[in-house]
Order: sequence, then C-alpha cells, then structure tokens
Amino acid sequence: MINRYLKGPARLGGLASVLLLAGCNLDVLDPKGPVGEQLKFLIVESTVAMLLVVVPTIILACYFAWKYRASNTSAEYLPKWSHSNKIEVVIWGVPSIIILFLAVITYQTCHSLDPYRPLDNEANAKPLHVEVVALDWKWLFIYPDEGIATVNQLAIPVGTPVDFVITSDSVMNSFFIPRLGSMIYAMAGMQTQLHLLASEPGDYAGESANYSGRGFSDMKFRTLAMPADQYASWVEKVRSSSDQLDNETYGKLAAPSEADPVKYYSHVAPSLFDGIVAKYNNGMVMDKNTGKMIRVQSAMSDMNMKE
Amino acid sequence: MLGRLSFADIPVDVPILVGTFAGVAVIGIAVLALITYYGKWGYLWKEWFTSVDHKRLAVMYIVLALVALARGFADAIMMRTQLALAYAGNPGYLPPHHYDQIFSAHGTIMIFFLAMAFMTGLFNLVVPLQIGARDVAFPFLNNLSFWMTAIAFILINISLFIGEFSQCGWLAYPPLSETQFSPGVGVDYYIWAVQLSGVGTLLTGVNFFVTIVKMRAPGMTWMKVPVFTWTAFCACVLIMVAFPVLTVVLGMLGLDRYLGMHFFTNDGGGNQMLYLSLIWTWGHPEVYILILPAFGVFSEVVPTFSRKPLFGYATMVYATCAIMVLSFLVWLHHFFTMGAGADVNAFFGIATMVISIPTGVKLFNWLFTMYKGRVEFHATMYWAVGFMITFTIGGMTGVMMAIPAADFVLHNSLFLIAHFHNVIIGGVYFGYVCGMNYWFPKALGFKLNEAWGKAAFWFWFVGFYVAFMPLYVLGFDGMTRRLNHYDNPAWHPWLLIAEVGAVLVFCGIACQVIQLYVSIRDRNLPQNVDVTGDPWNARSLEWSTSSPPPIYNFAITPHVHDLDAFMHDKENGIDTRGAGGPYAPIHMPKNTAAGFMVGAFSLVLGFAAIWYIWWLAAIGLIGVFATVIIRSANQDVDYYIPAEEVARIENEHSRKLMVQAAE
Repeated sequence: MINRYLKGPARLGGLASVLLLAGCNLDVLDPKGPVGEQLKFLIVESTVAMLLVVVPTIILACYFAWKYRASNTSAEYLPKWSHSNKIEVVIWGVPSIIILFLAVITYQTCHSLDPYRPLDNEANAKPLHVEVVALDWKWLFIYPDEGIATVNQLAIPVGTPVDFVITSDSVMNSFFIPRLGSMIYAMAGMQTQLHLLASEPGDYAGESANYSGRGFSDMKFRTLAMPADQYASWVEKVRSSSDQLDNETYGKLAAPSEADPVKYYSHVAPSLFDGIVAKYNNGMVMDKNTGKMIRVQSAMSDMNMKE
Repeated sequence: MLGRLSFADIPVDVPILVGTFAGVAVIGIAVLALITYYGKWGYLWKEWFTSVDHKRLAVMYIVLALVALARGFADAIMMRTQLALAYAGNPGYLPPHHYDQIFSAHGTIMIFFLAMAFMTGLFNLVVPLQIGARDVAFPFLNNLSFWMTAIAFILINISLFIGEFSQCGWLAYPPLSETQFSPGVGVDYYIWAVQLSGVGTLLTGVNFFVTIVKMRAPGMTWMKVPVFTWTAFCACVLIMVAFPVLTVVLGMLGLDRYLGMHFFTNDGGGNQMLYLSLIWTWGHPEVYILILPAFGVFSEVVPTFSRKPLFGYATMVYATCAIMVLSFLVWLHHFFTMGAGADVNAFFGIATMVISIPTGVKLFNWLFTMYKGRVEFHATMYWAVGFMITFTIGGMTGVMMAIPAADFVLHNSLFLIAHFHNVIIGGVYFGYVCGMNYWFPKALGFKLNEAWGKAAFWFWFVGFYVAFMPLYVLGFDGMTRRLNHYDNPAWHPWLLIAEVGAVLVFCGIACQVIQLYVSIRDRNLPQNVDVTGDPWNARSLEWSTSSPPPIYNFAITPHVHDLDAFMHDKENGIDTRGAGGPYAPIHMPKNTAAGFMVGAFSLVLGFAAIWYIWWLAAIGLIGVFATVIIRSANQDVDYYIPAEEVARIENEHSRKLMVQAAE
C-alpha cells in the first residue's frame, strides 16, 4: 500500500534529480570565460540578497493566512488594528537597505562589465579583432587583421581577449554567446562593441537573441574556442578556401537565406565592414579611435542602398 | 476596387485556419440563431449595445476580455505545443510564417484586449459605485470607449481569415516592421487594431480621471478614497500621459509604411533606436497601468475577508503614487543591451529597483492586514494569497533583470518571458479574476460558485508554476524567446514540462467556464442570490446598494464620514441608503447608438485602410465624422426618473431586505 503511494513521488523525485543535474550544466551558469564568471557571481549574489526578504515574505504569507484563518478562534483578533509605526519602519527600511546594496553593485558592475570596456588583459595578449555583421539570417565574421571571413562559425584562441565590433545589414539582432557572457544589439548603420574572452577550449553555441523574422530560429553559429596553435591552423584552413568576399559575392551572401552552412572566405575586400555601416550613414562611418565621422573610401559606399 | 485584397489572401491552404474559421462560423451562427429564436435582438440593442450605464458596460467589457482570453490562450497553447514538438530536425506543425503571427497576436491580444478590457470592466463596475456617483462623468464616451475596444478586437480577428497578422512581435520593432522587411498587411492590421483600441483606452482614462476628481460623494476627501479607486486614478493618469505616446509612435510607423517616410527605417536617416525609446515610454507605464488596479483589488479583498481594515492605508496610497511617478523613469531597462553608456544603464537600473520598495511595502501591508484578523477562505481569497506568493517571485526576477550587467545574459531569453508572465499572470490576471469573483454578485445579483472557483484557482496556480518555472531554467540555458524550432537536447524536457503546465492552465480556464455556467444555472438558489447587496459584509460604498444596483446607483447621494464608509455606517447604525426618502427626480443620460455607429464606421475605416480600399476608407471616415456631428447636435440626451419611480424601486428593495432579515 505504502509502496503504491510512494511510487509516483519516487518517480517524480528521479525526474527532479535528472533535471537538477542538468541544472548544473546551464550555459549561463556554467560560463567559460571571465565575463560570464563575473555575471554568474552577480546573479547569484543579487539573488541571495533578495531571497533575504523574498523567503520570509512567502513564509509569512502562508503562515498568516493559516494562523489567522477564521476557524482558528484561539488566534488573537484585533478587528480595528490597522497601523503600526514600528512595522512601517521595518517594511520600508529592510527593502530599502537591500535595494541600496543592490544599487551599489549595480553601479559598480555597470562600469566593470560595460560591454564597451576592454577586458583587463592580464596576459598582455594582443586582442583579436572581429567584425560581426548580422545578415538575413546568418552571421558574418570578418577578421580584419587576418584578412579572412567566415559565415556562422567563429573561431577564437583561448585566453586572448576578443574585441568585437558589431553591425547589421538588415534588421535588429542581438549577438550572444551564452557561455562567454554579455550580448549586445546589432543595428544597421551603427557599430556596437563587445569584449569577451574564452578561458577554456570548447564548442559553444552562439545565437541571435533578438527576433529578426522568418529565418530567425536558424540564425545560429558555433563558437570554437581553441588553443593558439590550433587557431593558427584554423586560420590557414580558412585562407586555403577558394571563396573570396568582394562586393559581388557579398551582395549574394547578404540576400536573405535560411539555415546557411558554414562558409570560409580566404580574402575580404578591405573596409568591407566600414562600407556596410556607411551605406546607412550617407557614406560616413564613425572612427572608433577618434569618435569622428569620416568618409569611407570603399567600393561598398558606391553600392546601392538596399530598398 | 478592392485595393490589394484578392482571393489569394484568404488562407484556404492552412488547415488550422480553415478549421478555426469553421468553428467560429458554427458557434457564431448558433449564437445569432439563438438570439433570433428567442427574439432578444431588441433587448440586446436597447439594454446593452446602446447602454451608457457603467454597470452594463462593465459586463460587456469583461465578456470581451474573456473572449480575448480564449483567443490569446489558444495562441499560447499552440506555441507551447509547437516547441514541445519542434526539436532535433522535426519542424513541428507550425511553419515560421504562421508561428510568428501567433506569438505576435498572443502578446497583442493578451495585453490590449484581455488585460486592458478586463481592467476597464472592473473600473466601470466599481469606481462610480465606490465613490458614491450615479455614473461616470461622460457616459456616452464610456460607451464609445467600449465599442472602439470591441471593434479593434474584431479587426485583429479578421486578420485570421483575411490576409495575415503581424509577424514582428507584440511591439513591432522596426526596421523589421517597416515595408522593406514586412510588405504584407500584417503590420497594418497591428497598427490599426492597436490605434483604434487606443482611442477607447485614452477616452477611458480621461473619463475616469474626471469622474474620480469631480464626482466623489460629499465627505470623501482624498484620504478617504478607497484604495481600488486610488489605483484606478493613478492608472488613469498613466493612461493619459502614456497612451498619446503610443498613438504618436505607431502613427509615425504608419507614416513610414503608408507615405514612405523615414522615421525608423534603416535608410534615409531613420533611427530604429528612437522607436524603442518611444514605444517603451508607453510600454513600461503600461504594465503599471495594468498592475496598479490589481493591487487595488487585493486592497479591497484582503481587508474584507480578513475582517479588519487595510493595514497602513496612507502608506498604500503613497506607495501607489510613488509607483505612478517612478514608472516613467525606467523605460530604458527594456534595452540595456542597445549600447548606452554605463552611467545611463546604471541610472535606469537603479530607478527600476527603487520601484520594488513601494511594491514590497504594499505586499507587507496585505500580509499585516491578514495578521490578527479572521481570514475567510472564499475563492476570492485564494487568488489573493496565491498572488502574494507568486508575485513576490516575479518581483525578485524583475530586480535581477534590472541589474544591467545581469540583463546582458538574461535579456530576450525565456527568463524574461517567465518573469513577465510571472507578474502579468501572478499579478494582473490573478488580481482581475479575484476582483471578478469578488464583485460578480454586485454586477449580476448572484454569487459565483465557490467550488469551481477554487478548482480554477488551483489549476491556474499549479499550472502557472509548471508552465513557467521551466522557462526560467531555459533562460539560464541560453534559450531565447520567439524560437520556432531548436536542436539543443537539453531544452527539450523543460519544454515538455512547460507544455504540461499549459494544459493545467487550460483546465483552469475550463473550470472558470464551468464556474460561470454552474453559477448562472443555479442563480436562483437561495444561497446564491445576493438579496442584501452586501454578500461579504464588506467595507466600501458599492456594497450599500442593491445587487445589481438600480440604474441610478444611489437614490440619495451618500455622505462619507470615514475611510471604509459603508463599514462605518453599519457599525454606527447609519442607513447609507437613506431608505424611505424623501426622493427627488434623478437626472440620467439616455442610451445612444452613436458609440456603436462610430465603432462600426471605424472598423470599416481600419479594414479599408489596411487593404488600400480608399473609397471604403473614405466612407468609414465620413461615417465617423457624420455620427459625431449628429450626436453633438442632438440636444435630447437626458431624462429624469420621477421621484415616484425612485421610491417604488427603493421600497421594493427595502421590502426584500426586511423579508431577508425576518428569515
């Protein structure tokens, strides 16, 4: 008899433990880089601070409702009582203190984890520059220093800070690698910045976190974080591709398409990225170093605006 | 002749839509046939459709909200089912074209036609009665507001069967919603439906603002105003400030789409960031427009069923007003990830957290209202306690996302979806259903069934947790919103659990429908009839009238001596009704068809403009103006109820009260 009653809960318990084990492996809570690590700490820290008031509130809600139920005539009943300065001080004071604490860490982390802020570069490694373009419906990664480009695959060397500059040649998207940390919007005519670092080798999911239309669900890429030597050979592999990204092939690539396979381009037309930004800004682009608008000298700026 | 409308726009190739159409057609024809068979058209027209009585409009608003709930929930369970199936190469049963319309329609319908209509229904039912007024300040505008909301809902449903709906989400972010990326009629359906219902909402805001400022009973100073009316007042202020922004921003999007302008386009100097800023300038106050009245409901229900006054009334009022002001200072938290500087993000993040202080205070006030009370567990009270538990969790996850850095990994994820359903279902929906259970006898004269009400609560309560707690987990696992299919095996079990939750919620809705059916069937049973008009031994003025109240509400305007005016009168043996008179003739507004006509012509205008049928749009527009002019020229808009008639109605109620007391 007892067994019969316990079977259901036992099964549920089994399912719950499976799910809990899966829980330890959640992308955002199992980060593979310093940005993600700090964000995880922030989430846990703020949650604990809030639980200090949330848990008592929930317990009190259940306890008061139970204790002062109408059928419990032994409980004290004060039919006129509706004010207490002491309680008022506590219910305004305690949440205020917790919010003050959270406000301080909010202000600090807004600055320390500002996506535009270069990472503290302990290894003194030279940062890798990657230009990201959100297209309908795929991601284009341009490596300006290497002169190569890829679609839907981002390879980065482990331990090297990566400086992303991000734009869109279509609608708004959001560039997001959950295992590494912060996301940022990709918008046409604008350049947003993001600084990430992978501290462990791995194959991490990347996605758009802002709905962008029909092909959005397949707008995914893989992030391959690899040791420096493997990264170097990956670059060579891309360089050996027969495809090149010039204005003509870019035009074809930018046309809407869904669930695109990975593509490698051994050569990229110089200032392609600036051209993509500039075509929405009357041929101008903001210089990242000086903050001034400069005219782009690129074949792209002659390209017809998408209508 | 028909603009861009052609037979190809009728989705006869989508079996789900054909089936839905058949279902709607069969039910619709059955309802129309029944009305005709019983000869009720004249009754419906004279007593309901053209009514300017706030109590009748309240019922119509809430019926509209429940129909919208059915539509919005059908969308929801279709999405959950799609995501339970569409895994590892299985495309599911909804292609993106259809799925994207469903999530856009779900959000739009749930906010504008479930929540807003339900809220306005409660305003209509309660506010005039609670402040001792005979109607709202502008009864005709009230009727017009209802019809603008109703026809906008009809318009959004027409998009199911003629053309398509928007595929841009419930806020239609450009540039995706611009003609370049969305050339079809979907976004135009969205714009017109929201704009037309927005007219109704704005008029409601003005109407109830003026009503509360000008029409309170003598003696009801501001600090004697019941908390529900206070929250309605603050919501109306927010409506009056926020909704014009929505009208303008959607107007600008409309200009982009109709006249080729460049407010938000990628090219021509347009700026999509401006749209986000403006739409959230409306959008964030909007969630407080919805939640404040729910707070108001709990502030009425918890004291009544705890048999105690509300703890900390003054604090409650200040907290409500603080939230009203702060809600305009936080809109940027919807786009921390757009690249604003650290200081800007920090300001809006901290401002957002600050709102949780007055909100938390409110929660504690309800807790301490129960403290040392005598808590009676009617179904109404279940929703209130369920809210306190659920909303606390929703508030916590909200503060987590208010920390900009944390938002950088949670933004647009299913964590966000779980958070806002946590506060919208656990706060707004629980609150409105709580209010419906509480005030139902006031509106219709009999109580709702308790057992089915409790069953509905348990299904909703458990169903909510089963459906949305997995979404919090999925958010941590990097799953974004609005995905149509996925290949991550770790997500699948959670989505299956969420599907089970959706089924439980479906059972909750079914229980609510059965509750309504059983209650209407058993309405004449003695234990269900509300003879006294005060079935809960409640505290505020609306309970001093009969249920349903006479058309004029109060034969003699009550005098307010204290907060909880009716309780004060009961305890001091004062007859709030002033039974026995003497009565004077009562000045009342006449019913009018003008609101219905303006609504009907607006529907024509909206539909024609969506399809570029310009001659028809002209007819619609001329019809609207002509009706308004004719109505404005009409001097015959009021009448007097003779004193003898008032005396007859009041004496009849007194007689019933005496019979009841004798039993």
